[in-house]
Amino acid sequence: MKDRLIVSVSPHLHKDESVSKIMWLVVASLIPAGAAGVFIFGISALSVIILGVVSAIATEVILQILTKRKITILDGSAVITGILLAYNLPPQVPFWIPIIGAIFSIAIGKQVFGGLGQNIFNPALVGRVFLMASWPRYMTSFTQPFNYDAVTSATPLALLKKGKLFENISYLDLFLGKRGGCIGEVCILALLLGAILLFIKGYISWHIPIPYILTVGVFAYIFGPKGLLSGDWLFHILSGGLILGAFFMATDYVTSPLTRKGQVIFAVGCGIITAIIRLWGGYPEGVSYAILMMNAATPIIDRYTKNRVYGAG
Amino acid sequence: MKKFFNEFLKGIIRENPTFVLALGLCPTLAVSVSVTNGIGMGIAATFVLLGSNIIIALIKNIVPARIRIPCYIVVIATFVTIAEMTMKAYSPALNRALGIYVPLIVVNCIVLGRAEAYAQKQSVLNSFFDGLGMGVGFTLALILISAIREFFGAGTIFGRALFKSFEPAFVLGMPSGALLVIGLLLGFFNLLKMRKEE
Repeated sequence: MKDRLIVSVSPHLHKDESVSKIMWLVVASLIPAGAAGVFIFGISALSVIILGVVSAIATEVILQILTKRKITILDGSAVITGILLAYNLPPQVPFWIPIIGAIFSIAIGKQVFGGLGQNIFNPALVGRVFLMASWPRYMTSFTQPFNYDAVTSATPLALLKKGKLFENISYLDLFLGKRGGCIGEVCILALLLGAILLFIKGYISWHIPIPYILTVGVFAYIFGPKGLLSGDWLFHILSGGLILGAFFMATDYVTSPLTRKGQVIFAVGCGIITAIIRLWGGYPEGVSYAILMMNAATPIIDRYTKNRVYGAG
Repeated sequence: MKKFFNEFLKGIIRENPTFVLALGLCPTLAVSVSVTNGIGMGIAATFVLLGSNIIIALIKNIVPARIRIPCYIVVIATFVTIAEMTMKAYSPALNRALGIYVPLIVVNCIVLGRAEAYAQKQSVLNSFFDGLGMGVGFTLALILISAIREFFGAGTIFGRALFKSFEPAFVLGMPSGALLVIGLLLGFFNLLKMRKEE
């Protein structure tokens, strides 16, 4: 009864949306990219995705039973975390990698802070970075596309970093996903299909993905390998996990700024950090670190981009 | 006797320097990579705590209040030097492993904290048991943290591998792993405390 008497801040608009409805639609929008990943890398990719999702749900249920809270797996947020974590893993990792990653994502990345809405960092990326720092050997061995016998290959960005990118990978191959990489990041076409669905429903706006991608492109173009303004910007946009990160992970409601202005600042920050790590950092790819760093900056961005209260000041 | 025992016991659980007072976290973060290091650091710190607590309780009435901190530092530094030289003489390998963190016991906030908060107001015997309890509490905390980090981060305990096919998580051996383990343990002990108060 007490809950019903609490009046929210005006305006008292009612919208026929709920957190779980949005979450399940995001799940649906992620399916094409996963299907493409399974098509490209074979059945092992599917088992990684399933293990990630099941472990994420199981961890959430167990923790909520242990802490005697309401069980909220039906809101779909644990499913999204499991999917996104699996999409950020190479297709041939040992079976325990997605399990440990999902447990860490949900337990440390989310429930330690108090559950959905309270976490500072994107849970899936917390899990991925933990795995990356713990078992780098498994996290950086990728398999060749359409070669289901687990022939290891490097991602285009890793080749670029080592200076071994001799033959040009065509932009079409990058766009369709014919390259080494993580399960869910390779097929840009499928990712864009899902992103369009989210745009049409209005669940994400351009304020985060577009400035993020543009910033990386501009940076890569300016600081090219053969001096200023010689970079291959399209290659940088299409390779690595940029598209997956920009549309599906940087846009997480909980960990990104609230105002439009703040979101653009957030996105440009992500772009600059990603480009710096790719061009001069120790790792070939920097999307997850960039998003996590800007997650940490989100509260301060929110503080300085607060909308002025109408009629005040 | 029971009173002294209580003074000793409070440092281990109720006022554990690491998990309750959150003192001396810098050496805890840095040296808790292996259990051997943790025990070595704990014993050195316990020795310094005991010595400095006794001496400071003895001289508390003749030290002018305005210059007490420098005086305490001199006392503490003396014991740290003794500990460091002993360690160099008898266990050079441990001394190399602990490195700069042995001389840094001088500025370990547990030692000066107990001098300020306890030894300068209490009797010699009380201070002795307080120093012993705090030292043992610090050592036990270090052993707990370093055992977790060594086992999960390197797959070993006391440098010996336990399982053949165990793949350690490197991150726990790194500084970020130390912060993670200490943070989780702090939260866990706070939870126990809250449960008890209810």
